[in-house]
Amino acid sequence: MPSANLQNESASFNWFKYASPQAFFPLAGAIAPWFAAFAAVLFVVGLYIGFFVAPTDAQQGESYRIIFIHVPAAWMSMVIYLAMAFWAGIGLAFNTRLSGMMASALAPTGAWFTFIALWTGALWGRPTWGTWWVWDARLTSELLLLFLYFGFMALQAAIDDPRRADKAGAVLALVGVINIPIIYFSVQWWNTLHQGSSVSLKSAPTMAATMFTGMMVMVFACWAYAIAAALWRVRCIILERELRTDWVRAYLGKQT
Amino acid sequence: MNWGSMIEFFAMGGKGLYVWGSYGVTFAVIAIEIAMLALRRRAAGHRA
Repeated sequence: MPSANLQNESASFNWFKYASPQAFFPLAGAIAPWFAAFAAVLFVVGLYIGFFVAPTDAQQGESYRIIFIHVPAAWMSMVIYLAMAFWAGIGLAFNTRLSGMMASALAPTGAWFTFIALWTGALWGRPTWGTWWVWDARLTSELLLLFLYFGFMALQAAIDDPRRADKAGAVLALVGVINIPIIYFSVQWWNTLHQGSSVSLKSAPTMAATMFTGMMVMVFACWAYAIAAALWRVRCIILERELRTDWVRAYLGKQT
Repeated sequence: MNWGSMIEFFAMGGKGLYVWGSYGVTFAVIAIEIAMLALRRRAAGHRA
């Protein structure tokens, strides 16, 4: 029936096709290098603006330049957690294999960004507040986020059956979501040493335009990097989990 | 342009340790993550 064929091919590009690890694997491989390239370009542009265009801060001097990595990393640490919990939840609800793989692929990158946010925060806190660390609500809840990532990864690593590991990790990830609004609103809810946000959706940012531009370019750089890293990691996970399938064997045989 | 010389740039107004410590560790982390991904990918290929 040629008419039915035509309709199949043109009218409905089936996105659900890419819910299958086998179909998603080459797609991820095709788009990851683009995100990596975007990330590299944006990092260079963002750092150029941050170091050579943005002026010295009137109060803090040069140490404020840590903002160009600290704020993007802190945002990514929360965004990646939300994405991870989202995929984990989808996997739990619809029992789709790729969703669990996506959640697992996001966790290490999220943990790295959390570490960078904490590390750069300590190095910024020392010259600004006179201390590397303080147990205020913002810093403590961000540290808890790091432990949630570690807990998620350790739990998954401890369970041999990947499908059961996905489910157990998903429950942990979803329970831990409560920590994200706590981090975000901690500077409003509690009296923290950490300052409130300089950027909000409701009002103009309380910083110089070039500082804001540099920071946002770095935010997009971090987004692009995180997407590339997660896609590359999900490809590894797909290979590891589908190692015994014909298509993976054929794919790997073709390569070596 | 903010900096009169390379020395001024690296000194970061006396805050060089904090600024470069932040960016240095960030790029080290990125390099480590990419290396770990490459190793993991290669290990998956060898196990088949």
